[in-house]
Amino acid sequence: MSSLLYDAQGPRAKRRNVLFTVVFLVALVALLWWVYRTLDEKGQLAWPLWEPFFTGTEAWSTYIWPGLQNTLKAAALAMIIALPLGAVFGIARLSEHAWIRVPAATVVEFFRAIPVLILMIFGNALFAEYTNVPSDDRPLYAVVTGLVLYNASVLAEIVRAGILSLPKGQSEAAMAIGLRKNQEMRLVLLPQAVTAMLPAIVSQMVVIVKDTALGGAVLTFPELLASANTMSGYYGANVIASFTVVSVLFIALNFALTSFASWLERRLRRAKKSTGAVVGVDDAEIAGTAGTGAGGTI
Amino acid sequence: MFDFLEGYDLLGAFWTTVQLALLSAVGSLVWGTLLAAMRVGPVPLMRGFGTAYVNLVRNIPLTVIILFTSLGLYQTLNVSLGAEGTEAVNFRLAVLGLIVYTSAFVCEAVRSGINTVPVGQAEAARAIGLSFSQVLWLVVLPQAFRSAVGPLTNVLIALTKNTTVAAAIGVAEAAFLMKEMIENEAQLLLISAIFAFGFVVLTLPTGLILGWVGKKVAVKR
Repeated sequence: MSSLLYDAQGPRAKRRNVLFTVVFLVALVALLWWVYRTLDEKGQLAWPLWEPFFTGTEAWSTYIWPGLQNTLKAAALAMIIALPLGAVFGIARLSEHAWIRVPAATVVEFFRAIPVLILMIFGNALFAEYTNVPSDDRPLYAVVTGLVLYNASVLAEIVRAGILSLPKGQSEAAMAIGLRKNQEMRLVLLPQAVTAMLPAIVSQMVVIVKDTALGGAVLTFPELLASANTMSGYYGANVIASFTVVSVLFIALNFALTSFASWLERRLRRAKKSTGAVVGVDDAEIAGTAGTGAGGTI
Repeated sequence: MFDFLEGYDLLGAFWTTVQLALLSAVGSLVWGTLLAAMRVGPVPLMRGFGTAYVNLVRNIPLTVIILFTSLGLYQTLNVSLGAEGTEAVNFRLAVLGLIVYTSAFVCEAVRSGINTVPVGQAEAARAIGLSFSQVLWLVVLPQAFRSAVGPLTNVLIALTKNTTVAAAIGVAEAAFLMKEMIENEAQLLLISAIFAFGFVVLTLPTGLILGWVGKKVAVKR
């Protein structure tokens, strides 16, 4: 409806538009000019600081690629472990037995209400104290633990929303042909729900990738952001250059995931192979309000 | 049992968390609404800027933004936001980082609210001769905010949890204190339970109360 907020523009509106454009452009250019001047003053635009990223492969092969690998490894592990866990809890929340439903709901709401960083710090200390995981691997374990605990409960909500989004006729039909409860879930509801949930699951991946950076900043996990820190130490305080490169990589990775998610959503909505229900990228967030509202997939 | 708590400013740390959350919430509500206004407005340059801002900022980890405010803005470019002393500077930088990041999500929440306002409302407003800014501020946004309370609550809760990222630049909030306590005291489970409880206390009532408010103020259609 955005284009309906204003009329087709006449000469006066057009003139006003030009005025606004010019004013905004001047403000934007002034800001960019200030950024440029400050960077230049502090010598952050000197070529030697940027050179490592453009000439030679050392910066990429020694710092960036290993960091990116760790980021992807932690994110993939977290997703692979969290998905089945989330499915179990999501289904458990829909159980007709209160003794399954209530504990599952409590666990899900609890872990959604707690910051991932708290869970990671807890995981780190837990592995240090009660297990003999070598201290080199501990950050990875801690990061994955934190991500799994949080994202499993978010995915549980997505799964629940996916199953609830299916028309009632599906489970009624399953019951009518004499399927058991678990057959109904396994053969009829879940396959359709998973298709419907795919876009939301992919966009949850963005959240996971972004949260791995916490491990680099607080738990010495050698991922992409941590590699920016090491690099700026090694290449003579090129903080701005290192952060720019790392940010661009994060943006590219997440933008690819986001685009894939919305492509999936469009495709699923068009194909309507399932019964027409699609839990979109935004619906997952809205599903978050269904419980006590402790959530949001930021 | 709770002897080990002595010497730690538990309430102070959570108070810092609350301050971070409230200041950033106000800031990102203002900036996010402005971004949303730009994105639905008639000026192409502003629309482009709003879209680019949201798409870029949404895809950068908050940790990168917060760390950059300290390492890049403060230590490299000497931007201190008018504060004296590292502690005060880091607090302001953390608020700045949180505002920059959260406003992208506020913008999307407000836009989803705008999408729930029936087309007829804007058409009627235009028919009586209101300009774009009048249509937006007098007719559309007041209704949009009422249905955006739900999504905005989610953003506020996520923001409250995200304040822990400020620990990465040494702001003495809850996660920072938790790390310190775990390193110094042999009470891992109890300490974790206390901090987990603290966040449950902060986020759960917010969700419940604002959820109720959201139902109360929503425009019945």
